[in-house]
Amino acid sequence: MAKKELVITSRDVHLSYGDFEALKGISLNFKKNQITALIGPSGCGKSTYLRLLNRMNDLIPNVHISGEIKVDGQDIYASGEDVVALRKKVGMVFQQPNPFPFSIYENVIYGLRLAGVKDRATLDQAVETSLKQAAIWDEVKDKLHESALSLSGGQQQRVCIARVLAVQPEVILLDEPTSALDPISSTQIENMLLELRDRYTIIIVTHNMQQASRISDETAFFLAGKVIEMDDTKKIFLNPKEKETEDYISGRFG
Amino acid sequence: MDAKKIDRLATTILYLIAGIIVIILASLLGYILVRGLPHISWHFLTAPSQSFKAGGGIGIQLFNSLYLLVLSMLISVPLALGAGIYLAEYARENKLTEIIRTAIEILSSLPSVVVGLFGFLVFVLQFGFGFSILSGALALTMFNLPLLTRNVEDSLRQVSFDQREAGLALGLSRWETVIHVIIPEALPGIITGMILGAGRVFGEAAALIYTAGQSAPALDFTNWNPLNIASPLNPLRPAETLAVHIWKINSEGIQPDAAAVSAGASAVLILAVLLFNVLARVIGNRIYKKMTAA
Ligand SMILES: Nc1ncnc2c1ncn2[C@@H]1O[C@H](COP(=O)(O)OP(=O)(O)O)[C@@H](O)[C@H]1O
Ligand SMILES: [Mg+2]
Repeated sequence: MAKKELVITSRDVHLSYGDFEALKGISLNFKKNQITALIGPSGCGKSTYLRLLNRMNDLIPNVHISGEIKVDGQDIYASGEDVVALRKKVGMVFQQPNPFPFSIYENVIYGLRLAGVKDRATLDQAVETSLKQAAIWDEVKDKLHESALSLSGGQQQRVCIARVLAVQPEVILLDEPTSALDPISSTQIENMLLELRDRYTIIIVTHNMQQASRISDETAFFLAGKVIEMDDTKKIFLNPKEKETEDYISGRFG
Repeated sequence: MDAKKIDRLATTILYLIAGIIVIILASLLGYILVRGLPHISWHFLTAPSQSFKAGGGIGIQLFNSLYLLVLSMLISVPLALGAGIYLAEYARENKLTEIIRTAIEILSSLPSVVVGLFGFLVFVLQFGFGFSILSGALALTMFNLPLLTRNVEDSLRQVSFDQREAGLALGLSRWETVIHVIIPEALPGIITGMILGAGRVFGEAAALIYTAGQSAPALDFTNWNPLNIASPLNPLRPAETLAVHIWKINSEGIQPDAAAVSAGASAVLILAVLLFNVLARVIGNRIYKKMTAA
């Protein structure tokens, strides 16, 4: 594989919730235009780590963070860092679809509108482009002004993805985006992510190993707050270096 | 008895209790309306009251009630919004927040007579506002603010944490998330609470007797200069409201038609409060529909 540019680098990251150390020294790098999967048994710190990358853990009281995380070479935890700008650059999709209870159209342009974009044509264009990228345009193009809550779970999740795409981030973080969805919706979202890979850097947490093996270029295996190993997805699934990885992959625990 | 029978029995009892409540409410309303409606006329609604003769109306009291309502809402709504947003979105869970919450809790359960007496001592005497609309509006604010604040805080808390995360993850600041995501979602609840609060204020008498006063001097409805003493808008004039008027007629009214005036005024009051409740529902639903599908 050709050497790719690194978009996110992290070194020796520790995080504790109060006295409980959830991340015990994580060092991971993420390459541009690539899908990286984070796998591991539940409670091992995947979400915690993912949420560090756009500073969503800032909301939780009593969290202590050490180590270094850089996005595009910038230390995102340096004092004076613009969290709002960071989150525009590093968008996030959650496990439960969480559209705003507004129309589909409003949902998609919400970020843009608040950024001050008023021109109707620009907004219309952004809605169409984002919904197309999120592979849901054909299903909703005739009901853009209906409530996003009237859609199915899978459709809502794709609208949420479109909402993130509309702000034109560089990186998209997804935390088990399909675990609340049916298999067909999951496949649609997987295919969409493969399409998006050419433009975005994607990091996806999943507990579904088939999913990781189908769509990711690299996979990192988490266990109890540590990364056991990270490598090309094929290597992780076919001949992992570590015994724990092999045990997990072959379904011996988790 | 098996579970099915117990279930049926419980359901029957609950229906019975609900039925009794409905009947009590309906007969109360019916009684007041049947007795009062025949006395309501345009003249009754607009004419000034009479102290000794028959044929007085409630025009000035009605206006006073409305004006006082508007004024007290103008003071209390912004305060309630500020305090509610702070408590729901910004306050950390610590001793201070705990104390604020407890204070609000206690304030919201103070009897309105006590609030009225406090208003009398502080606004009427200490601040020298006298028996006036201003004193009354401040007393009503004391009375209403805790409940409104609670309502704002609760409505905001109803909005799920997901939505806050969604806003922040989109790159909205905390404040933008509150203003553009959380408040719109909570708006129907907030507005419903405000209108219900307005109804409560409109029917309040005890807090006003010693603050807004018990006299309704004649008003010159052509004079809208708030600084003029005869102007309806003057906030420093005494202003007997509808609810206070009803109380007063019944305790010391010597008009020959006191009973009729009281019945008519009560019916108007009840209708107004009913109207507030219906409005609260309709407007709340309307806004929710509008918000959720543009
Ligand atoms: N807000 C929190 N406060 C305290 N502990 C938490 C919090 N969030 C997660 N944890 C703990 O941190 C560990 C890692 O959680 P998480 O990152 O959600 O795991 P995963 O996503 O891999 O299932 C778990 O033991 C979890 O209980
Ligand atoms: Mg998780």
